[in-house]
Amino acid sequence: MALKNQRGSFLRTHVFVFLLPAALIYTLFMIIPLIDTVRYSFYDETTEGLTAFVGWDNYILILTDERWWTDFSNALKNNFIFFVIHMFVQNPIGLLLAALLSLPRLKMANSYRTLIFMPTMLSVVIIGFIWKLILSPLWGVGDTLVGFVGMTDGLPALLGEESTALITLSFISVWQFVGIPMMLIYAALLNVPDDLVDAAIVDGANQWTAFWRIKLPLILPTIAMVSVLTFVANFNAFDLIYAVKGALAGPNFETDIMGTMFYRTFFGYQLQPGSATLGATVASLMFLVILCGVMLYLFVIQRRLQRYQL
Amino acid sequence: MKKSNLTLGTSVAAIALAAASLTPTVSAFADELVIESWRTDDLEIWESQIIPAFNKSHPDIKVRFAPSPPTEYNANMNAKLTAGTAGDLITCKPFDASLDLYNKGHLTKVDDLPGMENFSSVAKSAWQTDDGSTTFCLPMASVIHGFIYNKEAFKELGLEIPKTIPEFMAALEKIKEDGTYIPMSMGTADQWEAATMGFQNVGPNFWAGEKGRKGLIDGTEKLTDPQYVKVYEHLAEWGPYLGKGYKGQSYPDSQNLFSLGRAAIYPAGSWDISTFNGQADFEFGAFPPPVPAGQETCYISDHTDIGLGINAASKNVKAAETFLSWMASAEAGSIFSNALPGFYALSKHELTISDPVAQEFVSWRGKCESSIRNSYQILSRGTPNLENDLWNTSVGVINGSMTAEEAAKKAQDGLASWYKPQQ
Repeated sequence: MALKNQRGSFLRTHVFVFLLPAALIYTLFMIIPLIDTVRYSFYDETTEGLTAFVGWDNYILILTDERWWTDFSNALKNNFIFFVIHMFVQNPIGLLLAALLSLPRLKMANSYRTLIFMPTMLSVVIIGFIWKLILSPLWGVGDTLVGFVGMTDGLPALLGEESTALITLSFISVWQFVGIPMMLIYAALLNVPDDLVDAAIVDGANQWTAFWRIKLPLILPTIAMVSVLTFVANFNAFDLIYAVKGALAGPNFETDIMGTMFYRTFFGYQLQPGSATLGATVASLMFLVILCGVMLYLFVIQRRLQRYQL
Repeated sequence: MKKSNLTLGTSVAAIALAAASLTPTVSAFADELVIESWRTDDLEIWESQIIPAFNKSHPDIKVRFAPSPPTEYNANMNAKLTAGTAGDLITCKPFDASLDLYNKGHLTKVDDLPGMENFSSVAKSAWQTDDGSTTFCLPMASVIHGFIYNKEAFKELGLEIPKTIPEFMAALEKIKEDGTYIPMSMGTADQWEAATMGFQNVGPNFWAGEKGRKGLIDGTEKLTDPQYVKVYEHLAEWGPYLGKGYKGQSYPDSQNLFSLGRAAIYPAGSWDISTFNGQADFEFGAFPPPVPAGQETCYISDHTDIGLGINAASKNVKAAETFLSWMASAEAGSIFSNALPGFYALSKHELTISDPVAQEFVSWRGKCESSIRNSYQILSRGTPNLENDLWNTSVGVINGSMTAEEAAKKAQDGLASWYKPQQ
């Protein structure tokens, strides 16, 4: 008995000691900067470089000034479109691929998995460059390809037209990141015990019904998690747009999302001087948008999810 | 953020100081001048041509060119100047970056320096206080805008060099009808091309160069005035003559289209000359931006790009002043401009450049009035930034998604929202 107690407290100290580095690093590099960013958004920089507390002024400026609000609401709208495309194209495709990969009789499943996951591991700069080349209306291979299906005029400048640029970029991003939902869902599918599926098949179900009636309900929590990850990643996105269109996110800000707007505000661009305080305000607003989305998920969706003990 | 900047700055300074005390640095030699610069590409030219030429007349002053990477130059200079470890001569970026250094007391006045009389007020404007009373860097080099054309294509199609805008548009139409060449190689994907090679290239002819530029600064002219709307209207006419898919065409694409001989005309900055010298295997020439019909005077964008100033903390101010005065001479200007075709010394001396196209560009200084890009001085200090707005609106009118009036209004509203004289 005494031995057991001793062992228990010994374990608890260990837990604490092991957690300490992570907690320390996380606090130092995540929590403190986050709080400081929010704090900084309540200050203003004068031309002499001094800072002064201004209360809600920065927020009022961004949310009510005509030009700031036009920029901000445009970025928010574009970001929402960017997210919706990922949510309803990337994730269903990821689910489909994962379901196909987990089919028991599929040959070369590992090769497919690696190939589909490959773009995710490439640098965004390379992805942006490759797709810019493919879609280039001057030398791109896209021109020849659409020629085969009878589009003799060649490919329009998909990345240059105001009407298509954002959607094209979203699809490039979907192509790049489809491996992530696929992997997560695939891992969840592997956790579904074979006997459950086998039993259903013995009872007369085919693979199709087995998927819809047995596997899908069991992996719903994973899909929900994938959705939240998509949401957070999309509203923090920046790199692809910056790599392909630059921080001015042209044409005419049609590809501007929160990340690029934050970059322009914080660091400045070309001759535009950056403003750390307004940048912090944009960053705080981004944080708020993401926080609202995640809260919505936590309180509305996650509580209703049924979990099964396997 | 400010706080962390400060600590970062001091720690950089501390490290720099520590390094300085450990190793005998350049400043230990009383008579060696160190030039700080971001032009790493020019190291060889300085060492083999410019410095030896200087030493011929001043053998007692040792000079060393010590460039640092361009992307870190501003931050690097700030840290070094604060820590007192910067070289004696500082290469100056135009406008606000250098003005900031002067305001912090890092650069000396150079108004009374012998040789400064060789520079026009336009040349000096990039390195002056807002009221123009004090100059703190010697203007060293500029880039000039114009059009580069494929001489063989022009000969083949029997085209003359267009002098006026109607002639220019007629030439474009003729090239388009013929169909062998893309009339003009420019894209709107990178945005700056439309503003820099388009708006700032042809614009000075409409707004009368310095008169218009100064008018915007003191508030007597507005971007919605007819002369600016006309620039947008002219740019809007370009759209149909740019290559297929120009909306997705980037700056390197534009250069390649021209140097591969597929386009007849290329709206250029003089820095493009060396690229084309290396890549194009046909003969090419240049013509200045065409003037509106009936206009006598022509205006060019002779944009100030590089200056040279003296570190206020330098121990060799006398030697540094001697070097600057020499840099203002005709000899130095000629060596510099010939070594770097497309970058021109800014002094009033007649420049003779062996590269024929570079010589053509600089010859316009004699025929036309010089000006600089109108968004660079003062007008791009606020948000929304005028330079960025000009990119956006120039692309808008060329792509046809904005009318000239809408574009002018957008740029003007943006400027007026923070710039007092325009309100």
